[in-house]
Amino acid sequence: MTDRKIVIPGEVVFEGADYLPGEGTEKKGNEIVAMRFGLAEEANKLIKVIPLSGVYQPRRGNVVIGKVENVTFNGWVIDIGTADSSFLPIMEFPRYVNQDELEEIMAIGDMVVAKINSINQRGIDLTVKLKGLGRLDKGIIISINSNKVPRVIGKEGSMISLIKEETNCRITVGQNGLIWINGNKIEDELFAKKAILHVAERSFMSGLTDEMKKWFEKEKEQTGSLKNRQAVLKENKN
Amino acid sequence: MTTKETHSKEFKRPDGRKPDELRKITAKVGIIPNADGSAMFSFGDTVAIAAVYGPKKMHPQHSQNPEKGTLRCNYNMLSFSVSERIRPGPSRRSTEISKITEWALEPVLMINDFQGNVVDVHISILQANASTRCAGINAAVMALAHAGIPMKNLVSSVSIGKLDKQLVVDLIKEEEDWEEGEGATDIPITFTADGKITHIQLDGKITKKQLKEAIELARESCKKIYEIQKKALKEVGEEK
Repeated sequence: MTDRKIVIPGEVVFEGADYLPGEGTEKKGNEIVAMRFGLAEEANKLIKVIPLSGVYQPRRGNVVIGKVENVTFNGWVIDIGTADSSFLPIMEFPRYVNQDELEEIMAIGDMVVAKINSINQRGIDLTVKLKGLGRLDKGIIISINSNKVPRVIGKEGSMISLIKEETNCRITVGQNGLIWINGNKIEDELFAKKAILHVAERSFMSGLTDEMKKWFEKEKEQTGSLKNRQAVLKENKN
Repeated sequence: MTTKETHSKEFKRPDGRKPDELRKITAKVGIIPNADGSAMFSFGDTVAIAAVYGPKKMHPQHSQNPEKGTLRCNYNMLSFSVSERIRPGPSRRSTEISKITEWALEPVLMINDFQGNVVDVHISILQANASTRCAGINAAVMALAHAGIPMKNLVSSVSIGKLDKQLVVDLIKEEEDWEEGEGATDIPITFTADGKITHIQLDGKITKKQLKEAIELARESCKKIYEIQKKALKEVGEEK
């Protein structure tokens, strides 16, 4: 069972020598002290603080969406909304790329789904060597606060699979808050966008997946009746 | 001790407060949706808002510090904040207070890992009635916490005044211009939540003994302010 509470920097989260300080915490004598504002969570005697606000903090293994900022001789510079710049080297592309065809594969301004390979002093290294990663050439991209990403994905992906199912769209959620939506019709894409923004707005609610199920039913009813009305209007005109 | 107490009883502040009574404090976090972190703090009529952006890449590039992150504060008094319109834009006074605010906040921030990056703090004084730098620091530290910047502790700031021979907390403009007896001495002090001083200024004359008393008075007041800051931060957390 996990125990959660809101903590502020400098606040003592737990007392006792057998607790271990995790991310966002520090050990001071026998006390575990929070170093940042967020939700404190305890699991197996390890205490960590989950951020509630602030800029996106890149982490190894995160799938992110970014924009090609520059093309260099050995890879692409990609903007993923972090302070440190990130780089996608030519070696991390799934097939052999000649140095002079870099621009044909991804040019400045293209959007790309990538995974964070490593974070070091010089910056962030990305990879697109896995399935589902690479350049995006259709669909729409929307942006939400990166702290709300876990709610959009839901427990074990429950929320995102619900949205995918209901809207008939392919969706990739980047941990940095950018979301790619691709459907057969533009209406589907806009509907998915509406649904995701609805979730992001209500990120503080509990039982959000059930709430969204109801929301979808209601929305479908409305658009259904709207379509009927439009059909009636058209008939009248004729 | 008895003489001091009788003295306090006789002493009348212009707004009728007790010597150790703060003005009504309001604090709110998350008031600027565009910012990464934001907060409002007010002592009575003195209202300060703070917005935090970053960590982000430092520009211009020559001011990047490859060793550790930088804190950059910008204190600004809006032209309508006082009854006599003040000229907008940076002034000698606002540049000084910006620097003072940086110094007051730096000891608690843990931005050493943000090499080459900067955390920007913009403080605007919407309405002023003395103690603006203290309100600014209090707002800034809440905004920094809200932006998820790692730090050791919060800080709380208060101004102590000596009017003639009497020590009072949280000065108003009328008291700053005190002319009776020894006149007014203004001492803004900033404490961390665990009781360490990160900033102290003194404008006027004071004896060593009274300065010590002033520090103790500030320590007590800062405890009260800290509780309000803490409550405001926790409230914004509940909403999410």
